[in-house]
Formats: sequence, C-alpha cells, structure tokens
Amino acid sequence: MNWFSKMFASSIGQKLILALTGLFLCTFLVVHVIGNLQLFKNDNGLAFNLYSVFMTTNPLIKTVSYLLYFSILFHAFKGLQLAYKNKIARPVGYAVINGKANSHWTSRSMGVLGTIILVFIVVHMSDFWYEYKFGNIPYAKYTENMSTGEVKFERYLSEAGEPLTINSKKEEYVEGNNKIIIVKDLYEEVSEEFENPFLVMVYILAMFAIGFHLFHGFQSGFQSIGLNHPRYSPAIKFLGLWVFSILVPALFAAMPIYFLLIK
Amino acid sequence: MSANKIDAKIPDGALEQKWTKYRSTVPLVNPANKRNLEVIVVGSGLAGSSAAASLSELGYKVKVFCFQDSPRRAHSIAAQGGINAAKNYQNDGDSVYRLFYDTIKGGDYRARESNVYRLAEVSANIIDQCVAQGVPFAREYGGMLDNRSFGGTQVKRTFYAAGQTGQQLLLGAYSALQRQIGLGAVSMYTRHEMLDVVIIDGKCRGIIARDLISGKIERHTAHAVLLCTGGYGNVFFLSTNAMGSNVTAAWKAHKRGAFFGNPCFTQIHPTCIPVSGDHQSKLTLMSESLRNDGRIWVPKKKEDAAAIREGRLNPNDLKEEDRDYYLERRYPAFGNLVPRDVASRAAKERCDAGFGVNQTGEAVYLDFAHNMKYKYGKKEAAKKGITNPTEAQLTELGKAVVKEQYGNLFDMYHQITGVNPYENPMMIYPAVHYTMGGLWVDYNLMTTVPGLYALGEANFSDHGANRLGASALMQGLADGYFVIPYTIGAYLSNEIRTGNINPDHEAFVAAEKSVSETLQKLMSIKGSKSVDYFHKRLGKIMWDKCGMARNAEGLKQAITDIQQLRSEFWSDVRIPGDLNEFNPELEKAGRVADFIELGELMCRDALNRNESCGGHFREEYQTEEGEALRDDENFSYVSAWEFKPGVDWELHKEELKYENIKIAQRSYK
Amino acid sequence: MSGNMNLTLKVWRQKNKSDKGRFETYPVQDISPDMSFLEMFDVLNEKLINDGKEPVAFDHDCREGICGMCSMFINGRPHGPLQGVTTCQLHMRSFKTGDTIVVEPWRAKAFPVIKDLAVDRSAFDRIIASGGFISVNTGNAQDANATPIGKDDADASFAAAMCIGCGACVAACKNASAMLFVSAKISQFALLPQGQPERNQRVLNMVAQMDAEGFGSCTNTGACEAECPKGISLSNIARMNRDFIGAQLSSQKV
Repeated sequence: MNWFSKMFASSIGQKLILALTGLFLCTFLVVHVIGNLQLFKNDNGLAFNLYSVFMTTNPLIKTVSYLLYFSILFHAFKGLQLAYKNKIARPVGYAVINGKANSHWTSRSMGVLGTIILVFIVVHMSDFWYEYKFGNIPYAKYTENMSTGEVKFERYLSEAGEPLTINSKKEEYVEGNNKIIIVKDLYEEVSEEFENPFLVMVYILAMFAIGFHLFHGFQSGFQSIGLNHPRYSPAIKFLGLWVFSILVPALFAAMPIYFLLIK
Repeated sequence: MSANKIDAKIPDGALEQKWTKYRSTVPLVNPANKRNLEVIVVGSGLAGSSAAASLSELGYKVKVFCFQDSPRRAHSIAAQGGINAAKNYQNDGDSVYRLFYDTIKGGDYRARESNVYRLAEVSANIIDQCVAQGVPFAREYGGMLDNRSFGGTQVKRTFYAAGQTGQQLLLGAYSALQRQIGLGAVSMYTRHEMLDVVIIDGKCRGIIARDLISGKIERHTAHAVLLCTGGYGNVFFLSTNAMGSNVTAAWKAHKRGAFFGNPCFTQIHPTCIPVSGDHQSKLTLMSESLRNDGRIWVPKKKEDAAAIREGRLNPNDLKEEDRDYYLERRYPAFGNLVPRDVASRAAKERCDAGFGVNQTGEAVYLDFAHNMKYKYGKKEAAKKGITNPTEAQLTELGKAVVKEQYGNLFDMYHQITGVNPYENPMMIYPAVHYTMGGLWVDYNLMTTVPGLYALGEANFSDHGANRLGASALMQGLADGYFVIPYTIGAYLSNEIRTGNINPDHEAFVAAEKSVSETLQKLMSIKGSKSVDYFHKRLGKIMWDKCGMARNAEGLKQAITDIQQLRSEFWSDVRIPGDLNEFNPELEKAGRVADFIELGELMCRDALNRNESCGGHFREEYQTEEGEALRDDENFSYVSAWEFKPGVDWELHKEELKYENIKIAQRSYK
Repeated sequence: MSGNMNLTLKVWRQKNKSDKGRFETYPVQDISPDMSFLEMFDVLNEKLINDGKEPVAFDHDCREGICGMCSMFINGRPHGPLQGVTTCQLHMRSFKTGDTIVVEPWRAKAFPVIKDLAVDRSAFDRIIASGGFISVNTGNAQDANATPIGKDDADASFAAAMCIGCGACVAACKNASAMLFVSAKISQFALLPQGQPERNQRVLNMVAQMDAEGFGSCTNTGACEAECPKGISLSNIARMNRDFIGAQLSSQKV
C-alpha cells in the first residue's frame, strides 16, 4: 500500500473519510433545501421546474452531482464497514450496558440512523430522480405575457388531450408578445406523489432520522478532522443543533405536509 | 562479630571530590563487551525503570521483571508531593551541601555521609533529565519551574506536578523503558515474580521467576541482578503501600547471603486518612505538601474532644483559643513542617492523652480554613482590588487557590471519607509509609553478594533513621539514572570473560527445585485460615509492638508471638486454586510467609538498638520532654543482619563516621 | 452495625483465557457503607475461601486511584456509577441495601480476559513502546529551566499526562476504541517544546500500533471522556486527528 491508501485505511483515516464526505453532504443538504423552497411558490411550479432543469443540465452542477452520488455511496459504505469493524473490536459483549450514563443515544445509533437514511435515499431517488431522468413525466406549458408579466399555465397536450413531449427538458421561445416555456413538470410529479399519506409519513420519519444523524454527525465531523477549540466548538455545536438537526429537516418535512394538507 | 565481612568501599578523598573522582576512575566496559553482558532488573518503579532504561542505553542486554500487568503500575506511581533537588532556583540559599546536611540531620545521623552527599550532588541532574523526557512539572507564569517546601527543611527545593509527582516521574522513566523495549534492547516480563536468586561460585548469576499467569517456574541468567523492589511497609498489613508491595525479592536475596540493613527503621507518615473499620485493606496518604497550608490541631480541653467524638460538637464551632496547635506550640521554628517522625509521634502523644477527634480516638485535625481565608483569600482579594472583603468572600477566593494546588487530594479525601474537606477540617492519623531499612549495600549499591545490587527503597543507604519528604523519588531516580550506570562498571568490567551463563547449571536446577518445593508445600497445607487472616495478625503484632513506639518487653513478646504465628501459618493456611494457574492467593501466601520472617528480624533489630532515633522510638530512651534520645556513643552504626539457617541472624556493624557534619541533638524547636 | 447493607453480586467467572465463562451469583451481607468496592470484594473472597471455593480474581494494587490496575465494569459502566473515580475509590455508600450489582471484566478484543475479572492490557504498553516517549538518553539533558514553558501549556500537558492507563476509555467505548488513551500521550508531548522533534513520527507510529492491536475506531460518542477517572478531554483526540493528518500530508517519506 502506498502512503495515501495507508492513511485512509488507518482508523483515523476512515473517520476522516466519513467526516469529509459527511460534511460535504451537509453542504448539499443546505443547497437542496434552499432550492426546494421554490415548491412553496404559488406559480404552478414554474420556478421549481426551471430550477430542476438548471440543476440537471448545468455542467458544473452535474460534475458536483456525480461527486455527490459518490459521496453518498462512499459515506454509506465506509460507515457500514466501520460499524462492522468496530463491532468485531469487542467480540464478547457486556451483559449490562448503561450507555445513557455516558453518551447521547444518537451518537451510539449512527449506523442504524444512517441505514434508515440510505433506504430513504433509494426511495427518494427512485421517486423523483429516476422518474425525472427516465420516467414519463408530463410537460407543462407556461405562457408569459411579456407586457403584463402574467403567466398562464396549461398542460402540454395535443388537441386530443394526449400528453406531448419534446426532445429536451425545456424549450423556450417567443411568440408575439408571449414567452412560451415548455418544461418537464416535476412539480406535478411532486404534488401527485405527496397526495399519498403513507409516503408523506415515510418522508417525515426519514427527516427525523436525518435530524438525529446530523445532531451527532455534524459536530462529530469537525472533531474527526481535528477541529476542537474552546472558542469555536460551541458555535459548531450550535449550528449542528439548530440548523442541521432542526431547521433543515423541518423545512424538508414541511414540503410533503404542504402538498398533502394545503395543496 | 566480624567487622571485616562488610566493606562499604567508600572512595578516599574529600567529601566533595569522592563521587567526581570515583566516577572518573571506575573501570569501564567497552561497547562491544556490553552487548554480551546481561543485567536483570527486578521491579519497575522509579529505580528499576530508570536503571533498566539507562543501562540499556549504554548497551547492556537488559531483562526487566515486574509482578504487575505493566511496568507503569509500580507503586512509585502513588507518590504525591514532590521531588527534592538542590537547584536553588528560588535563590533562598539552597546548595548541595545544604540538601546533604538536611538529609543527614533529618535521618537523625544514621545515614552514610558519602552516599548522601552523592545523592545531593546528582539531584539537580534528575530534574534536568525528567524535564527533557517531557515530565510536566508545575510552572510559574514566566515559564520557570515552581517549587514548594516540605518537612524538615527551610528552603523551597521541592519540584512537583500537582499531587501526582510520583506518577509523572514514573511515567517518564516508564516511557524511557518502553522506548528501549520498542527498540528490542530490553526484554520485559510483566506478571512475573522473582522467587529466588541463583548464586554460582559466590556470584549472583540469575534469578528464578514464576510466570503469574501460567504458574510456570522459569530460570533467567544474568551477569548482574538489580533488585529495585521497593519497601516492606506491608509487613504491617495496613500501610500506604500498594496491596502487592512486598519484601519477597529482597528477602530471598537476604536468605541467599545479602545482609539486611537497619530493618527496624520504618517511617510512620503523619498525614494519612484514619482507619474507618475492620474491613480496611490499606491506608491512604494525604501528601505532606498539605502541611504547607494545613494547620494541625486538637482541642485544648478533653471534654471538647469527647464532645467532638460523640458528634455533639462541630469542630468548626470550636473557638480559636480552645484549639491546641500542638506542633506550632512545641516546635515554633518549623511548626507544622517538622519532619515526619516528629509529627507522627506528636499526634500519637495527643491521641494517647485522650485528645483524639474521631470515633476511635485516633485522629487529629489538619485544618485549611485559616490559610484558605487569611493567606490565600486575602492575597486574592488584594489582587482583585476588593477592599474590605467579607469572611465568606475570603473563603471563596481562598478555596479556588487551594483547589488549584491540592484539588486531587481534596477530592480523594472526600471520596474516601464522604466528608467535604473544603467545609470541614480533614482528619488524619499516622500510618506506615516507608521503610528506610533494606538490603545493605556498599557505595556501589552492591549487596554483600557479588553481582547482586539493591536500588531505591529496597536498599538501606540514604535516609538513615528517618526520610525527609520528597526524598524517596530523588533517591530512586538518582540510583537508577546516575549512580548504577557508573558503579556497575566496577563489577562488570571483570565479567567480560565470563561468557554466557548456563541456565542448566546445578545451582539453577537446585534453586528451581527449592522454589517449586516451597510452592508445593504451601499448596499442600490445605489448612483452615486464609492468607489475609495471618497477614492481619502479623500486622497487629507489628503495629502494637514495633510501631510508632517500642519497648524491650513488647519486642520480646512480639518475637515470641511472631514465631508462634509462623508455625501456625505453615500448618494452617488455606490456599485455594492450583499451582499452575493465575492464583493471587498463592502469590499472597508466599509474600506473607516472607513478611513473617522479616517481622521477627525487625523486632530483633529494634530490640538490639537501645536508643531512640528517627522513626525508631524506644520508650525507655527519651528526654523529659518526650523527644527521642539518641546514643551516638554506642549506636552510631548500621545494623547489617546476616541470615542463618533455621531463621536466625548474626549482627554485623558498619560504623558511621561523620567527618563533615557535627553530630548534634536534632532540634526543630 | 446499622446502615450496613445486604447485596446480591452477579460476577463474571472465567477460569482462563480459553474458558467460555459465565455469571455466578453471590449474596454478600453486612457491608459497611465506608468500605471501598474492592474491600467489599475482599469480604466476598474471604467468604469464598472459607467455604472452600475459589476466590474471584481481579486486578488491583495501589487502591488509591492512581496505579490504574483496578478494572471492573459495574452495572454497565467502567469503574461504576460515579464519575472521575476508579473502582478502588468507589465506596459502598454509592449503593443501597437490596441492590443487585453486575460486575464484568473490561471487554475488548485487544484486552483478552486472563481470569475472572482480570484482563491483559499489555496492548497499551506496546503502543507506548511504539512512540510514547521523548528520545533522550540519560545524561543528555540541558538545564531544566533553559527552555521556559508557559504555565498554560505546562498545565494542559499535565492534564493529558494524568492518564493512568486503566483502559476505562476502551471499556466504555461502544467500539472498544483506545483513542483517548493514545491521544492523551500524544497530546502531553505535543504541547511541550521537548516533544516537537518527534511529533510527526510519534503520532504515525502510535496510531499504527493502536490499529494493529485491534482496537476499534472512534465515533466521537464521548463515552470515554465521561467515564475517564482522570477526566482526560476529548480535545486530545481532536489534536491527535489533526496531528495525524498533518503528519501524513507533510511527511517526506513515501
């Protein structure tokens, strides 16, 4: 083994991998939640659909997204591998363990919480990412009156009412005084999916898992890369609690609830 | 009496020149030959670890044995207060001579001048060495080393690391040792107990050891064997020593011909936590450094003492004028910082007179309230610019300082007694702590058996009849780091032609056989009483009759009692388990068997010494004020006892000559 | 005596390394609240010996909380219910009459059981031998005050150096990780000027040895810090992590 693989094969190196991928995923979550806030916009999904197109076509973002998929898989794989390795470090267990006396339950349940999240990601990706890329998502047509700014929404259908498609995710052209935008209507897909209370429930539970996972994970990541400082660590803990374990999951959870109850 | 049997081999010349000259002329062993010479070190405390590491650095092949699971556990780890060194960093008039003088005087003029002077000379190097190893001594804000004062001295020369100095020094020596182990230069045998030394043609050639896990008896050869096995305070059952501390290695050497020096010189430490009940397994020391700031007192009136004992009176409520600060009263020059023997006897005197303050009547107060408030509280208030601070404010401010200085000791006290020492005065009582006596050694630290050395507390050499606080760590490390690496050359330079020693030599076979037979005998008794039962009985005899105060009649009785106990032990001890397994009861049994024999020798030595000096107080020999009465005319010698078959002894004497110090009545008044 | 307790002990008994081991239940009577936990075991052992049974083997030595030898896992926690205390300094006043107390040995692959409650912690010694020292031969030292060391650094180094090597951190950790122990030694030297020349090599060697011994990896649960009888801080682990990463990235060796 060369020094580089040796470094990452060591116990600290493995933590380092988990920390770096984990913290990267945290930054992704922030971007994801901010982008998805457009679901709450009352524009029949125009902004959200345009955002979806941008996210899936911009070359830079596409590159980052591959890094993201890799991070998710690697984080999960390394996490599970580490959990297994740590398990065999104690071949005979204790008859009585009083874990709550010395540590928070989330820190002792990262493997379980992580596995729940991994399952959720599979569900989530097949619901939206797969559908968006390979499924039959209908198109929407937005007609914007360029002088009034008024936008008219309609389904992109043939005269017979059959769904029409185009060869890309989005088409944009000007017709007289109107700007026409034809775009894949992921928004419609979202609102349809979230009419299913069971699925909404799954999403909410998953958000709890993410919240608990990050309650420990966010600040733990900093500790793993060696950042523990009496002046700054409290701020990291504050951020971990209020932003990553409460605010972000709460906003995510609000989306399915919004579609189920309000829309 | 054969005076010629022992020769201290003190180099000629002026005291200040002896060591410098000697170490420059002592024969050397060249590096190529060192690789062929094996040295066994038994014990891994300060003396053992430092000696093993230093000898290995020089190139000798070293094997180290300890009975604990790691060399880091040796009982040096528990030393609290500090280590002395004549650095004079405080500019308060310290010097090598003054440290030498204080040590001889503190030892009540029963130590060997040349050894003590050498100890004082190398003391400064120890601090340098330890700092270089990364020992985190306490420092001042400017980054310089801090010092505190200890009993029996009027300068501040004690270096410390909070209340854990021994731990830090041992971890320093341990890390040096582990470095050599990592380099493959030292072979470490943990959980091994030395059970005999092997002598071939009059020279020590190795040891027999038992692997404590498998029970296997092993032979180990060496060109020299160093016993760094600590003291024998556990002969009293209750002492501040660790549970495993024992005399066995030294005793086996003694039985093979090494003379035992001054066995009756035991140190009873004045500040220990009093006994709480019959279940007590050991006693816990509260560092002498506490006497820097704690004031020792008992009530002036017996009825107050009785009221406190019965819980009717809270000591905090007793008025200042009703308290007897007896050390300050009797010894105004040194006050609470008199040497240990003096402080212990004074406490016993007050308690015997009926002024003791706990339920058993065997405790005095060590009170921080005054200094907390007025020494530290006022200083802190002045620093913070608080004018007219209230009493409560002073206490609060002072408490923070005391916490910083003694926090771990206060916590320990709280933990053991369940009483908060920040709110209430501590209760203390003397307890067995250290043994000045040990294997007799010459200037080279060699015993009367050629090739067999004794270092640290295991030898008798430097502390006379009483050891000053913070000097044990100094001696252990001096012997290991700076004495033995030179003096061992005097012997090993003649061993370069010896070649490998044959472990199948008949002496090894015979020694192994005798060890096995003793163990089998112990296992075969299958009596009715546990080992601890005998140990406790021995301890009680020793404490009552050979403890803080002794007299001829009691000692004679004790000798009879111990002989009786010995025969009972060998016919009625019960040891469960098997020979060939991890069997702590068997280990204990072997140790107690040796303690019983040692106990008898201690009583004989105490009976022989018709004087009072240092830790040895014979009631028949005291001044009218109750101070120890020394007899320099007849007893200015080291008792070196030779073991004779059938558990008997012959006394040899090493006359002590004081050429550089005027012997005087020891006074701390 | 009044206030004395009757207790039920469930103690792990294991004849030797290869034995499977099992729990045995022992009642103990008339236990004084002033006894230490180990003195209570002395009472139990005395009784077992008198009954012709084998006493429980357990490690102990100084009985004043500094040698690090005692090592009992009591009711699900290393060194029992109190914080900042070793087993020998745990007193029976922390329990009440009628309690059942479960006592197990430290459990870790790197700490195999020797007998009953005694385990083999020599892995710690090997880790120290791999780099837990400053390489200075006897006699090489300069004057102790030649290099001033700020009080804060000296104090912080001391705080790390207080580790007694008992292994409670490993016992408490759900991963049986030894990182608190290792990082304490690394920090002690990393905070001192004397420790700088070997700083990088030390952390690399000690971490490698720690991994080779079969300890688990740290997941920052903080259980070690909470159970450490000497209050060694988790910040030491962070320091070790950053020293390790720094040493790996800056090393000239390939």
